[in-house]
Amino acid sequence: MTTVDQHVVEIVCDSGEGAQTAGQMFGTISARMGYGVWTVEIIPAEIEPPNRSRAGASGNRIRIGTQPIINMGDSADIVLAFNEQVLYSRIDVGAFGRGTRIFLENKWATDPDEGIRKDYADALADFEKRGYVVYEVPMEVECLKVVADARRGKNIWNLGLLCALYQYDPALVGAELEKKFQRKGTKVIEANKDLFKAGYEWCQENVDFGFQVPVQPSEGQSVVMNGNTAAALGIMAAGMDLCSMYPITPATSVSHYLAAAFQRTGGVVHQAEDEIAAIGFAIGASYAGKTAVTVTSGPGLALKTEFIGLAVMSEIPLVIVVVQRGGPSTGLPTRVEQGDLLASLYAAPGDAPKIVMAPTTIAECFHFMITARKLAEAYRGPVIVLTDANLATGQTLFERPVVEESWFAPPVDQSDWQPDVKPYAWDDDTGLSPRPIPGQRDGSYVLTGLAHDENSRIAYDSDINQRSMNRRSRKLHTLHKSLKPPVVHGDDSGDLLVVSWGSTGGAIEEAVDRVRADGGKLSCVSLRFLSPLEPGLKEIFDRFKKVMTIEINYSEPADEPGIPEANRRYSQLAWLLRATTLVDIDCWSRVSGIPLPPGVIEAELRRRINLKPRSGADVRIEAGLGS
Amino acid sequence: MYGLKLDWDPEPETKCFVLQDYQGLEPRWCPGCGDLAVLAALQRLVRDEQIPPEKIAVISGIGCSSRFPHYMKTYGFHGLHGRPLPIASGVRSRRPDLDVFVITGDGDCCAIGTSHWIHAIRYNMNMTVLMLDNNIYGLTKMQSSPTTRLGKKSNTHPRGTILGPLDPISVTLSITNASFVAQTVDWNPPHVLATIRAAHEHQGLSFVRIMQRCPHYTPEIWTEYQQDPSCIFLLDHPDGIPVDAGVARLFENKVDHDPSDLPAARDLAALDEVIPIGLLYRNPDAQRYDLAMHEGLDMPLDDRITAAQAEVDRFLI
Ligand SMILES: Cc1ncc(C[n+]2csc(CCOP(=O)(O)OP(=O)(O)O)c2C)c(N)n1
Ligand code: SF4
Ligand SMILES: [Mg+2]
Repeated sequence: MTTVDQHVVEIVCDSGEGAQTAGQMFGTISARMGYGVWTVEIIPAEIEPPNRSRAGASGNRIRIGTQPIINMGDSADIVLAFNEQVLYSRIDVGAFGRGTRIFLENKWATDPDEGIRKDYADALADFEKRGYVVYEVPMEVECLKVVADARRGKNIWNLGLLCALYQYDPALVGAELEKKFQRKGTKVIEANKDLFKAGYEWCQENVDFGFQVPVQPSEGQSVVMNGNTAAALGIMAAGMDLCSMYPITPATSVSHYLAAAFQRTGGVVHQAEDEIAAIGFAIGASYAGKTAVTVTSGPGLALKTEFIGLAVMSEIPLVIVVVQRGGPSTGLPTRVEQGDLLASLYAAPGDAPKIVMAPTTIAECFHFMITARKLAEAYRGPVIVLTDANLATGQTLFERPVVEESWFAPPVDQSDWQPDVKPYAWDDDTGLSPRPIPGQRDGSYVLTGLAHDENSRIAYDSDINQRSMNRRSRKLHTLHKSLKPPVVHGDDSGDLLVVSWGSTGGAIEEAVDRVRADGGKLSCVSLRFLSPLEPGLKEIFDRFKKVMTIEINYSEPADEPGIPEANRRYSQLAWLLRATTLVDIDCWSRVSGIPLPPGVIEAELRRRINLKPRSGADVRIEAGLGS
Repeated sequence: MYGLKLDWDPEPETKCFVLQDYQGLEPRWCPGCGDLAVLAALQRLVRDEQIPPEKIAVISGIGCSSRFPHYMKTYGFHGLHGRPLPIASGVRSRRPDLDVFVITGDGDCCAIGTSHWIHAIRYNMNMTVLMLDNNIYGLTKMQSSPTTRLGKKSNTHPRGTILGPLDPISVTLSITNASFVAQTVDWNPPHVLATIRAAHEHQGLSFVRIMQRCPHYTPEIWTEYQQDPSCIFLLDHPDGIPVDAGVARLFENKVDHDPSDLPAARDLAALDEVIPIGLLYRNPDAQRYDLAMHEGLDMPLDDRITAAQAEVDRFLI
């Protein structure tokens, strides 16, 4: 029995064999026991990939730990696989390392098909060369002792194996199985309980090692969900009752969840004919007094830009959630990238200042929706919330939100408008102005995307244009004044400061902590507001010898041959911070399509401050990512 | 309220609206522009119906015709080129209490806004859509539009257009769930008013194509029809658009057309050289997407809070 403070488990199979169900259950049970948990769905690129396909892995990665878990971790410690081929798609993304223990279905060794037998043998030899430790397991044979159709039970048998490996209480799992299969009747529940028990006992009898992760139960109640569900719940808790969208991965699941839940909470999802119509519809609703949300990803954001410009120009509150994926063009639809920061800030005809925020955690995916709706209304304009595929599909625990009345939008104001108040009565200092809503007597005005004066009259006058641009821009400074400087993780000063935004924050924090534990003088800071930027950044940067960003978007390293410094292309946050602070900020970024594991970040940080690599660090994952 | 009626009750709080209450800025269209006639008709309609100005939203795209909302003294939304229909649908989705009018041009609706046109017809949300068809891009100075006639010279086709026009009525009639399709000519004010009145009364999306004079760029296109009203077929039917004796007298060519007869409507729309005016098609039973959208709108705040908490709690561990 080995005691560890965290562990990474993966369970993978051909699609349809149920590893996702088993993985999710293992995650839920772990959370219920009081562990910190982060799970990532492993989804094949195609809907129905052929069996035993290298591109077809389906399953889950589950990272558990004594402390809260804030990212997906490094190479897996334990892997359960229903065939050897699906493991290759995980190898491609650097999911395993030297010492990874793989429990592998061994029925392929005796398969009637000679080709399959050979593939299996070749893979075993290859895995050994790669330094993995493989345990061949008669999964099918064991399952058939309990049920007639092994394909439909292997997942729960493996759940049993896994729970025995980590000494989980079988009674707890029994209750979970009952819940999971409740609707399928007692026969199915009993069969699954038998499978679970068989897997559990098989492990106890045949596996001569095990792990213990100490539990530190936390106070209070927690919820567990992924970032898209958190955003959907946040939309509801913010009192928004219209989500207008056009399907696009990886954003769509927000609307899937909302479409079902709105029936219970009062609201509707409008699936428009395209992204332009989706935002136009949302803008119509917002104009009419009900701030709406539109949910999309990069290609959809591109289509929405003209309407975003209109919302800025005519000051219509609106929440735009952008779940980023790999670009440009159709890019990597299911993969992770943070490539839409500059597009969010600047893509519009002319200057269109707007609020842009980025949650760092799944809990923030929930809470930022409430903030975003309020900011959109108070600052009378669109608010873009940038998340990404990593937050969207990663699941973790956070404190149960207690929904408050103050989170909800107030009812549509239909009181009489004061006739002497103009529709854009800009305050000279703040740029803010009250907004008449259709139905308010004496408030009638004609909203226009053309340059206009305080009365919303079309105005080509140069002074009026200069002044109205200034008033709209001023709103960002008003918000900036009310923001707090960001919190630096680690010491207040040192050799290196890592700046990040969005989903990379958790992995960067973990990497920084590891290097600090080894004596490195470095800290990190994660920005939640990108427009306006949080205050005090330059002061923070000045206290560090070097400042760099780590991001998942394209950039070029300083030392890459053929790239003159004057023409070097920086990652997007670095670009923005260099321009706004005039600090010589460096960057390191990857567009590998996967979340940056803490170990990879750690290796780069050590290189930056001339600290030797951690002994035993797995250079393989780094090599896999670096290409 | 309006005029002396036997059932009139003194209502000191109720204001009687007059035309001026709906008149916004001085129109800046060219003299003789057909848009002026449509503006006058819409102002008369809402005055006749005594709709409080604040309960009206006039939503347009971009173009000469789309300047329309500025000339009304109601709530207005002069949005993006081609996009008034999604905006209007969004307004309608949250505000069943407002009267929504959409003003669009032949370029706005039949070129850049085509997908929204098709889908708005299918959504059939309650609103009145007036498509002002001058067969040209007016605002941007005489480029061909999808409805420009074959051979007409424009700035983008100086030797004449290459393709014949797209027929908006045939297209609209072909869209699943179309519920009200009518056509009128701006130079006959009583018919314009009667048509938009029927359109406004209709529950669902009513699409009205208005042949619009543009003396600036297409002065010649309707002259023949103006000079010889027999080129115009007046659709005549008890279920159609009621017309007064003057209109009936002017348009001597009448076609007895039952507006529930879709194949007959399509045949009429396909006729060359003549313009059928009146109600081509009405289906009061077409599905209404806005009614589905309104579900839950009246849910009390306390219930919403409780329901949202229950949703959160589904994820408790
Ligand atoms: C995205 C975009 N593309 C092009 C334009 C330029 N534009 C403005 S109005 C217009 C055509 C207007 O024609 P129509 O809809 O027939 O209206 P009309 O002026 O004839 O009433 C065009 C192309 C624009 N405003 N926005
Ligand atoms: S150009 Fe034509 S459509 Fe435009 S205002 Fe003049 S007459 Fe009317
Ligand atoms: Mg036109």
